[in-house]
This record gives sequence, C-alpha cells and structure tokens, in this order.
Amino acid sequence: MNVEITFTVNGQTLSARVHPGTSLLDLLRDQGFTGTKQGCGVGECGACTVLVNQLPVDSCLFLAVWAQGKAVRTIEGEALGNVLSPVQEAYLDAGAVQCGFCTPGLIMNSTAFVEKHQGQTVSREDIRRGHAGNLCRCTGYTTIVDAVERCLKK
Amino acid sequence: MFAVERYRRAESVADAVRLLAEDPFSIPIAGGTDILVKLREGHRQYANLVDVHGLAELESIILDTDGTLCVGAGATFTQVMESPLVREHAPVLAEGASWVAGPQIRNVGTIGGNICNGSVCADSVPPLLVLDAELELAGPEGLRRTPLRGFHTGPGIVARGQAEVLTKVLVPAPPRGAFAAASLKYAMRRAMDITTIGCAASVLLDGESIVWLKLAFSVAAPTPVRCPSAEAAASGKPLTAQTVEAVKKTVEVDVAPRTSWRAPADFRMHIIRELSERAMRTAVQRAGGGIR
Repeated sequence: MNVEITFTVNGQTLSARVHPGTSLLDLLRDQGFTGTKQGCGVGECGACTVLVNQLPVDSCLFLAVWAQGKAVRTIEGEALGNVLSPVQEAYLDAGAVQCGFCTPGLIMNSTAFVEKHQGQTVSREDIRRGHAGNLCRCTGYTTIVDAVERCLKK
Repeated sequence: MFAVERYRRAESVADAVRLLAEDPFSIPIAGGTDILVKLREGHRQYANLVDVHGLAELESIILDTDGTLCVGAGATFTQVMESPLVREHAPVLAEGASWVAGPQIRNVGTIGGNICNGSVCADSVPPLLVLDAELELAGPEGLRRTPLRGFHTGPGIVARGQAEVLTKVLVPAPPRGAFAAASLKYAMRRAMDITTIGCAASVLLDGESIVWLKLAFSVAAPTPVRCPSAEAAASGKPLTAQTVEAVKKTVEVDVAPRTSWRAPADFRMHIIRELSERAMRTAVQRAGGGIR
C-alpha cells in the first residue's frame, strides 16, 4: 500500500516511500527536519506548522502523500548559514522567544503572513487573528505581534 | 501514523465515485482536518480512504450565467473567504468561513467536508441555509441536485449516498432589492473554538417592512436548522422593535438546544434569542434598513 512521493523541502528534492497514513510531520521528522515540533497532534496548537506551496498548514493533520510535487518549507530553511531570516531577526529583536517549542511553527506562520501582507496596512488585530492557529504558553503574544508588525513596517 | 487500512487516490470525481462504489466501507477524504482527528481517536469507520484532496475539478469557484454561485466542494475555507466572487455574491458565506478555526486549518479544510461531516456545529452551514443553497452530488447514477436544507438528517449524519461525492455548493443569485445577510458565532474564543451557537440571518426589505426573514442556527438542535416559526413572525411585518421581539420569542419553537459540557441548554436558549436579534439587526442594517 506504500506510496512513492517526491517533493521539495527547503528547495531540495526529497523522495520517499510512505504508508498513506503517514503525516507530513512524521515524514519530515524522520528525514531529520526535527525543527518542526509535534504539539497537540490534532491541529490546535500550530507547533508543527510548515508552509506547503507558501500556505501555512498543520503538518500533523496533513498527509505526507499530499505533499507530492509541492514545495515544503520548514524552519531549517529559513536561516541562510548564520544569517537569520527577517522574521527570525525580528523575533529576536522583539524578545518573542522563550522556551522555543512553539517558535518554529510561529515563525513559519509569521513568515507566510508577512509575505502575504507585505506592503499592506495591517492592524495588530489582523496579526493576532492571523496567528490564531498557534499557541504559545511562555512568551505571551504581545512580543510576537510586535515582531510581525516590525517586519511589515520594514 | 494514522491507522489507514485502505488508501486509494482518485484521479477525478468519476474515479472517486467508482472507487467508493467498489468498497462499501470507504469514505472520501478532502482536507482531512476532521477525518484525521477522528482516525487518530480510533474511529475505525474512517480507515478506508478514497482521496479527493486537491482535485482541481472540485476547487473552482465560478458564477453561472443565471447568477448562481457555484463553489467547488473542495474549495478550502481560505479560498472561499478570499474569493472575489464569494465576497461579491455571497459575502455572508465568506463571513461564515472566516469563523472556522485558525489560518492553518482554513488553508486545508474544505467547505464540502464541513457539510458532509454532518457536524451540527459546521460554521459554513447556517449562512448557506439562509441563502437557500443547493448541493450537487456525483454518484453511480450520475449527478443529482438537492437542497442543503434537509441534507442533515441527524447528528453527524447526512443524506450523502455512500458512493456519492459532493461536487458543488450552489448559491442562487441574491434577490433584487434591499437584501443582505449576516453570520454570527458564539464561542468562548474568537478562534480555534468549536461553536457554542452559530446563527445566520438574511432579509429582504421593502421600505419600512420586512418582505421576508430567513434565520438558521447551528448547535441549536440535533442538526443545523432553519427557523420557520421565527421567519413567519417577521415576514411581511414592519421594521419595529416589536417584530424583533416576536422573532426572539418565536424562535424557541424552532430549536431544541441540549446541555453539553460546553454550555447548558438554558444558556444556549438565551444565546439563541440574543443571536436571533443581533443577526437580524445586522442583516437589516446591511440591507440599508433600520429598526424603529
């Protein structure tokens, strides 16, 4: 019943034979992309957020077979060597990171949000609603909203 | 790993119908945001999957020549919310879709799945009920059309044949004149929360009176419901506070809320009365009217 799939992760081609019940999260972690975290496993916390063709999705509720032919982005692809992405840089500047468990998912969602809304006028409420699918129990959300706002103003 | 026992990828809607007909225990999966959670909880009836995820023929959102808005059942909530056609011709549907969960779920979950799950709390259903939406289903005998109203037959049960695939949600052209609709949701949070009570209302106005009111609720009865008594209490009546009061009083006849851990029945009834008024007032206001 296994299915052969090929897609890209952070620009690199990845081929694998997977059981159709494998989540994209499990496949990514098995392949070494352990930056993506498993939190709730039912699409409520957003810790496993990755981008599939630029759209943030909960990889715990996304079958690996659905990634066939698509472009997946994980936290591992955001920094180039020692150079952080603008969103990562903004998270640092705003002090938006504490324990870091939710951070990879939040950064992926923020990245998609910033790329989608670049050049638009976006309220703090819009940013909050845009991050409603990510739970963070350490930092509170104010600094995260600050970071996204900072990115959009650049 | 989800305990998928049998998996077949459909290449088209026709292919999906054929695969479903071959295996009476199989079900279609599109976005999977409900099915995969159920499967994870150990519900074995979701183990044989016919995959229609991302089928292009299920995703289109078009306007028919007669003004009918045809929303592909595989359109995601995000696609529905952001579709210029939906925003122009059925803005209340975009509003309803925006109440669903958070961005990650809306990017994957589909409107067809929201309907076919038969969930009593489906956020897209009340707006579609007040728009008199119809459904198009493909089955072994070909295509059929059926009203959304009546499609839900019990908690978690809909009148989809086992080998049928919901292909389109059809929203008729809005009536000419002062028409508008509104969709509201009561829940503990404004995101990532299952609806405690959902409500939608549409109105057609004629000057100072209501030609008709359509009112629908989710989680107010064993299935999403329209409210014929409350609608009758407003239709043909003047735009007055008395009419609003009559709707709030009569709506109790149309609903049968239950107690659950989320809210007791009497509190739900209170919300139902309150949302009746708010949805009606919002729709009236959007239609350019005012309640005296």
